[in-house]
Amino acid sequence: MSATTDTVRREPAGGWAPSKGLVGMSCLIIAESAIFLIFVVAYLFYLGKSASGPTPRQVLELPVLNSICLLSSSATITVALRALRRGDTKRFSRWWLVTIVLGGYFLFGTGHEWYRLIYQKGFTIQTNLFGTTFYSLVGLHATHVVIGLLGLLLVMAFAVSGWVKQEHAERTHVLGLYWHFVDGVWVVVFTVVYIIGR
Amino acid sequence: MNGTSNMGRISGVVPLAAEDKTVLHTLHAWLVTVDHKKLGLMYIIYGLGFLVVGGLEATLIRFQLIAPNLKFIGPQAFNQLFTMHGTTMVFLVGMPLIFGFANYLVPLMIGARDLAFPRLNAFGFWLSALGGLLLYFSYIGGEGLSGAGSAPDVGWFAYAPLTAKAFSKGHSTDYWTLGILVGGFGSIATAANIITTICCMRCRGMGLARMPLLVWLYLIVCGMVLIAVSPLTAAQIMLLLDRFAGSHFFDTQAGGSAVLWMHFFWIFGHPEVYILVIPAFAFASEIIPVFSRKAIFGYPVMVGATCAIAFVSLGVWAHHMFTVGMTSTGNTFFVVSTMMVGVPTGIKIFNWLGTMWGGKLRFATPMLFSIAFLFQFLIAGLTGIMLACAPWDWQLNDSYFLIAHFHYVLVGAIVFMIFAAIYYWFPKATGRLLSERLGKWHFWLFLIGFHMTFDTMHFAGILGMPRRIYTYEADRGWGTLNLICTIGVVFQIAGVLIMSVNVLRSLRKGKLAGSDPWDAWTLEWSTSSPPPEYNFVEIPAVKSRRPLWDLKHPTDPDWKYE
Repeated sequence: MSATTDTVRREPAGGWAPSKGLVGMSCLIIAESAIFLIFVVAYLFYLGKSASGPTPRQVLELPVLNSICLLSSSATITVALRALRRGDTKRFSRWWLVTIVLGGYFLFGTGHEWYRLIYQKGFTIQTNLFGTTFYSLVGLHATHVVIGLLGLLLVMAFAVSGWVKQEHAERTHVLGLYWHFVDGVWVVVFTVVYIIGR
Repeated sequence: MNGTSNMGRISGVVPLAAEDKTVLHTLHAWLVTVDHKKLGLMYIIYGLGFLVVGGLEATLIRFQLIAPNLKFIGPQAFNQLFTMHGTTMVFLVGMPLIFGFANYLVPLMIGARDLAFPRLNAFGFWLSALGGLLLYFSYIGGEGLSGAGSAPDVGWFAYAPLTAKAFSKGHSTDYWTLGILVGGFGSIATAANIITTICCMRCRGMGLARMPLLVWLYLIVCGMVLIAVSPLTAAQIMLLLDRFAGSHFFDTQAGGSAVLWMHFFWIFGHPEVYILVIPAFAFASEIIPVFSRKAIFGYPVMVGATCAIAFVSLGVWAHHMFTVGMTSTGNTFFVVSTMMVGVPTGIKIFNWLGTMWGGKLRFATPMLFSIAFLFQFLIAGLTGIMLACAPWDWQLNDSYFLIAHFHYVLVGAIVFMIFAAIYYWFPKATGRLLSERLGKWHFWLFLIGFHMTFDTMHFAGILGMPRRIYTYEADRGWGTLNLICTIGVVFQIAGVLIMSVNVLRSLRKGKLAGSDPWDAWTLEWSTSSPPPEYNFVEIPAVKSRRPLWDLKHPTDPDWKYE
């Protein structure tokens, strides 16, 4: 029905309505936040309750570079989206690519961390409660990074094909919101796992 | 869909008869549809289908308990029956039905042509359908390699550590988890869709304060779905990790906590009750005014009270866990917060009474069900206050008193209002009225059956009958009560059978409804019955909460007073 709904101008009471994408994405973010909240609660609840070692301090290292990359990708995506809103698709593609590279590096960093933990330290999800909560919380976040990256790559493919225009600024902005959310969650995960938990 | 054919339909150029009408084409059209009305009906049919399945499971349970010492159903099968009954009724009946009515009614009531994301809507429905399929597939595939158990038998709240691999062998518990997980994704998607529709697609003039109460209540319910279903999703992911990846979330031997599962489950579980009952409130708030010939009493207070219920409901979950043992501070908090729910719900009951007060009551079938709902929901609320008292709960938790209490909510309030809604909106969806005579038979039989079954359960509970026992000794003195309970089931089945006959007959021979059979006031009655695919030829514009009243009474419109 999209063809018809678009032709009829909708003007609720005040003549203003938020964009559908914005509201829909906000709903998704609220629901996702609740999921993360439960995992964070589980992490904090089981902190220091493991029946055996190792403890977080013994195996975890601060993923500083990783975090810098992911958090700065929030800035680069903003630059990209601003460019698109002005219609500067070249600049958009460039900064969008930078965002993907930064996000990709974060994922690589997490993979590297896990490799080190699993294959060098023998620390797995089965080792103890810390392993259970650590891999599930960080893994849940990494899953979201993967989903976000898939979205970003899809837009990149469109951009390379020259299909992303100024009129798509709002839709890409909605995807950008998801990316900001993924970054925001990392701030919480980082604080809980690497600062409070360590 | 391409734009030109749509425009053609709107101006009425393509007549209905020109469409292909073979069975295969009709089936295909329903399969690929993204139309909110078709999906709404599919949700409702899906929910009613599982209502029959869950009802049959309950019937088997009741006949097993009809007399002491029966061995008609073994303990293992009995465990599976009550697990499947509970899970089915909450996830495969309650959720699809509430979303079905939301799908069908919300766009019509706010003057929109579809939901905000029609394809996401179809996706949500098919996810829910897949969830139901997964759950019931366990009867075939649940045994797994170990050959233990064919359907989940862990109870509908699946307490740890019973769900651990060691105690629940085979895959039945996995099907339970996956079914709920997948259905939960569908619920979250649909809730987001409905919220977006309500926020972004209201017709001209329909400010928030002019939305029908049903729309308001669904907005609140969908917000609750986002917040309350997600914790369940998280908990199910943890359970899956425990069962498949060997993690220790609920593994007590590795220091994990069984109580944590309880908390996570009931953080979902209690708001879920309100997610199911608030749509019942929504139906009552539409039906009672129309059959009392008065505008709803205290519209803003109704909205406020519902918000209050939603808010408080997020802080009451541990009243399911008084018997687990909490600190006295914890007990007190959850006693007080639970009792606080009584305040906004009390306000709502008084508002419905206030709507009826001095009105010109018409006792058509939807109204009969609504009035029964008022009484039964009141009693359900009162036993709820009793159980909110921690000491009373220590005595009667997991007894038939508790079973009676929540069935009073789920059947006495929700199922009754779903029946009311079916009688009320059936003419809109099909163009034909249901028979009033059969409707009254349905109502009275179901009412008698309901009270025989669930009133007596209270007494069995107070006499000490625990839930989930597959049989009992004769000297316990529960025999007569259980006999009456089971006889009540026969009445309820008779009522539902009459409704089925009524639906099937009325579909072909029912009185033609016209667009507005009840002389109602909300926008769905302004379009034809059944509504065309595009709902409204012209997108309406409203000036008050009762646009059709304004239309019918141009000399005395509502907007002069609102």
